[in-house]
Amino acid sequence: MNRRDALSTVSLILGGTVVGSHAFLTGCQPKRSFKSGILKPDDMILLEEVAETILPTTENSPGAKAAGVGEFMNPMITDCYPEVEQQIFTAGLVQLESTCKTQYGDRFIDLKPEQRHQFLLSLEKEAKEYNTDRETKNDGTAPQPHYYSMIKQLTLLGYFTSEIGQTQALRYLPVPGKYQGCIPYNGEPAWG
Amino acid sequence: MSVESVNVNGKGIKQNTFDAIVIGAGMSGGWAAKEFCEKGLKTLVLERGRNVEHIKDYPTANKEDWEFEHRRQLPHNVRSENPILDRCYAWDESTEHFFVKDNEHPYIQKKPFSWVKGYQVGGKSLMWARMTQRWSDLDFEANAKEGIGSDWPIRYKDIAPWYSYVEKFVGISGNKDGLSQIPDGEFLPPLEMNCLEKHFKKTIEEKYPGRNLVTGRCANLTQAHNGRNQCQNRTKCRRGCPLGGYFSANSSTMPAAIATGNLTLRPFSVVHSVIYDETKNRATGVRVIDSETKETFEYYARVIFVNASTINTTLVLLNSTSNRFPNGLGNDSDALGRYLMDHNYRARLSAEHDGFTDQYYYGRKPTSCYLPRFRNFNGDKQDSFIRGYAYSLGASRSRGNVQESDEPIGADYKEKLTQVGPWRVGLTGMGECLPYADNRITLSKDQTDQWGMPLIEIDAEFKENEEAMVEDILDQGEEMLDAAGFKDIQKSDSKNHMGLGIHEMGTARMGKDPKNSVLNGNNQLHAVKNVFVTDGASMASTACQNPSITYMALTARATDFAVSEMNKGNL
Repeated sequence: MNRRDALSTVSLILGGTVVGSHAFLTGCQPKRSFKSGILKPDDMILLEEVAETILPTTENSPGAKAAGVGEFMNPMITDCYPEVEQQIFTAGLVQLESTCKTQYGDRFIDLKPEQRHQFLLSLEKEAKEYNTDRETKNDGTAPQPHYYSMIKQLTLLGYFTSEIGQTQALRYLPVPGKYQGCIPYNGEPAWG
Repeated sequence: MSVESVNVNGKGIKQNTFDAIVIGAGMSGGWAAKEFCEKGLKTLVLERGRNVEHIKDYPTANKEDWEFEHRRQLPHNVRSENPILDRCYAWDESTEHFFVKDNEHPYIQKKPFSWVKGYQVGGKSLMWARMTQRWSDLDFEANAKEGIGSDWPIRYKDIAPWYSYVEKFVGISGNKDGLSQIPDGEFLPPLEMNCLEKHFKKTIEEKYPGRNLVTGRCANLTQAHNGRNQCQNRTKCRRGCPLGGYFSANSSTMPAAIATGNLTLRPFSVVHSVIYDETKNRATGVRVIDSETKETFEYYARVIFVNASTINTTLVLLNSTSNRFPNGLGNDSDALGRYLMDHNYRARLSAEHDGFTDQYYYGRKPTSCYLPRFRNFNGDKQDSFIRGYAYSLGASRSRGNVQESDEPIGADYKEKLTQVGPWRVGLTGMGECLPYADNRITLSKDQTDQWGMPLIEIDAEFKENEEAMVEDILDQGEEMLDAAGFKDIQKSDSKNHMGLGIHEMGTARMGKDPKNSVLNGNNQLHAVKNVFVTDGASMASTACQNPSITYMALTARATDFAVSEMNKGNL
């Protein structure tokens, strides 16, 4: 069992985010190795905590952190986003931390789960207003997306295309073997 | 001694001489290769791209989404370097190795035209959409009835046995629906409709007499067939199927051709031109440029099939000039290069349905439902356009069941995202495109590609008839969805320009009259009897059905004719 698996097992047992998981991950081992890209290791550690707050581990399935969503964002941002959006994203991470500091006097990863949740709800509100404003403005300047919207979008994409998201949160059939057009539905998770 | 010098001595000519040459190893070329080889002809297949061997060369076939670094999205720089490919729905991280990058084969767009290319053994038969509705006399008679274009020199009865012949080999799943505009064929068991598709079928067949919804006939095997395995409903088809669960040249026709021992396959072969001998009034062979070394070679044969895909087929013919044919081989009519067509897939609709929440489905369906043509047919008469369109239709339940009022993050949110949401349906209109003389391809007089071939200039656009159809597709789609109780009906016109249907057709069309067509009823050049074209270039109209099965049937028919003519000493 590697450290990540160990951590997700702990998360599973506790039924939620592990407090101080950053220390757990990095404290007693030299360093996690990340593939190089625009995001720094600290960015990815922050992002996986943000992602975990959006899609936490529940009794039904591991969360975004176990699914590696933080690391997933690095090649996506580095390779798939135009430069202008990369800048919004990285500047957004700085913004996120400074807003967090102002509101809670702490870094995001040092907040308690409930504080993280409340803080992201405030970012949801901010992004929603920004995006509504952006749509109604329509002044030809084509403002860029809110950084939080980008984080959230990548979180959902990364999670639901991950092995954990596909096979544990959803039901994934690698080789269905047949197609049946109509079967009764009794509330099971969607197909991956 | 270099390979090239071998070609100029007598022995070299003998070594480079075959019974038949097939240019292109894709959807139709694979069929020409199989048929010739099985009939005992020593056959050379020239393919401009690399070899792609069944199973071995499908590097992504068994990968899951999470095994792709970008989860099947392509990097930004790759997309911006390939603005043409970037518009193609099938191009992603799992399939990109089968598509030709924009800069690998440049062309000149006099009007915007997205030309999607697959240069490899198998061609685009690896990535095709696998829909295989037959054409009917509604299509083959249309040009003659309306005085448009060239009269098809064949009718349904001429091609029907050849549809059966190729379908039996390809393996087509479908239902015998008894609809004259899409005649029934040789079918494996059909794929089932899901409950919302059944509901839509029932509603429109009750409320709109003459309109039907059928399960799409498609080249996915619903049972093991001719040594290939039953489709396992993974829907990773476009990456190549290691099971051979759908038809591609790689899984089907090429292995059959190879098994005869009569096939010589030469990949990396860009065909420069067909060699024409004026004294004999026949083609004697082809000139080939090795795509890697740029060396040139000549190969000879009694009969030559040009199956290089529509635009490249016509490039080869236009580039085959001689005293007799200064404007391209067999181009006495000036029709060569003209009448470029593509299906019009611009119109799309989607909608949601509240019902059937206790119903779901199992597995992934590799095709959609098909609503065949009903316009200007069977008593219907439209004022704003001629011909007609079909819809492809697919219903599924969305993933996620989040309401506006739900908290947008957290445990409950995550659980709701994993739940099954409401039923949704998507419709795509598939409109016929008329042949227009000024929708054409020509060769640049001063620009060449890396092989020294003239750049292709494409000058084509959808016109009034196609535009009018887009409107009707959206209006009728909305009306039918409304009648079937759908809500939140979204209509859109993508405004995509030609090419993105990836059904380029015409430019060397068949016809009865050599004055307005390039090929006769046997797909033979009117003017050079031992050269045949049986790919999309040969089409005199587009119908609204997907064309590949018709290319295959025409190819099998033409090879049979060619061999019988050779046996009679006529070729």
